[in-house]
Amino acid sequence: MPPRRDRASRYTADRGIPGAFEGETVTRRRFMTGTAHAMSGIATAAFTLPALGFALGPVFADIEHSWQDIAAAIDVADDTYVPLVATITPGMGDAGKTTVYLRAHNEAIDGPRVDEYDEFIAVSTRCTHLGCPVRFVEASERFVCPCHGGVYDFRGGRTGGPPVRPLDRFYTRVRGGRVELGPRFSVNSELERFSPRDPGQDLDGVGQYLFPARPTARKIEGT
Amino acid sequence: MAVIGPLSRSKPSVSERGTEAGVTVVDWIDERTSLSGGGRWLMFRKVPKGTNWFYTLGSATMFAFLSQAVTGVFLAMFYEPSAISAYESVRHITNDVFMGEFVRAMHKWGSTMMFVLVFLHMGRTFFFGAYKYPRELNWVVGVVLLVLTILMSFTGYLLPFDQRSYWATIVGVNVNGTGPLIGPYLADFLRAGPEFGATTLARFYSIHMLLVPGLLAALIGAHLYLVARLGTTAPPWQRAEADPELRKQET
Repeated sequence: MPPRRDRASRYTADRGIPGAFEGETVTRRRFMTGTAHAMSGIATAAFTLPALGFALGPVFADIEHSWQDIAAAIDVADDTYVPLVATITPGMGDAGKTTVYLRAHNEAIDGPRVDEYDEFIAVSTRCTHLGCPVRFVEASERFVCPCHGGVYDFRGGRTGGPPVRPLDRFYTRVRGGRVELGPRFSVNSELERFSPRDPGQDLDGVGQYLFPARPTARKIEGT
Repeated sequence: MAVIGPLSRSKPSVSERGTEAGVTVVDWIDERTSLSGGGRWLMFRKVPKGTNWFYTLGSATMFAFLSQAVTGVFLAMFYEPSAISAYESVRHITNDVFMGEFVRAMHKWGSTMMFVLVFLHMGRTFFFGAYKYPRELNWVVGVVLLVLTILMSFTGYLLPFDQRSYWATIVGVNVNGTGPLIGPYLADFLRAGPEFGATTLARFYSIHMLLVPGLLAALIGAHLYLVARLGTTAPPWQRAEADPELRKQET
């Protein structure tokens, strides 16, 4: 067996390496190898990280609250819904539009108004199961989803099928006799407001912690 | 001394010169790359007794992938991944472009074909016990290939941008969103934001035609390398034949 080199010493001089300096612990060869690896690591990170950030950026982009004029306040009843078309994503034609069901606040059904955003109730047609478009069936006063049979009552609360929470709503406000549609918010089974969640995300019990809201799209402060 | 006949003295025929030229070119490349050794290693392998048609399912899957790659490249020459014009460009491919309907149908039905073949290939591997030592890693690579194939189907489904594509993708993305803790971020990543937006389609297109096909091609290479390296298994009904000499010694 060849004699084993003394690995115990940190110093290259003690390990019998030719041309070692006194007090040297890293050989020049190891230093060069390490430098080359570090450089290629930095070079790889220099194009990978910006590309990743580029792909992930939209997730963290701030979303501006916008209000769009959708109806004249006087045209909207409080005992049934009127379907209206609203733009969710501008700049992509029909694919960026959605139907919103609007009715006036009805104290007999909804209880007292809680704030200025409660004058009109705008119910999203996005099913809270997996996002198919629900429609309001006048005769049964139910919202029905065509995909997997989700059913919601007049206020949007779940009454049947796979949805995990009531239908989302939009903030509304009245400006100069016109109803304006604001940002989306989600509700739990008590119809308490939460920051908007995607379909399929439960908001009762621990749901709101299992499915965190995105930091950039929050419900309006203090509502 | 043998007299060389006048026939063999005459000028070589066109086919002989063609063969000669081919051999020269192949030799020239082989001298510089040594590819023929690797080629022989890959193509002329020993296969066990009992190898049958079920063993071609892997190659069939690979050819389905190649067909998808080729038709996909040509579809990309006419397709426009924008929310405004995607549907119109697909309509144009189907109705106006020469053979467009055929190539699009090849791509559409080919994807289903590839999916079916992947599962048949996987079933063959499972039922023949071909995933066992030392081929476990190849099974793992195969499962990653399966997941990538699913991802291809998922991202490709949106591209025609008709009602079915749109709502199926909405549902598919929301299924991703139901995963606890990371689900919401995953859904936002797929959509490039909280709502299905103008960049969602471009994102799906890029994943469908650059990211995943690249990974698929690379992993198919690794899959094939392991097949060539480890060899294939005999079917389970194939019995090992004992050496008659050994059998005599035992009894």
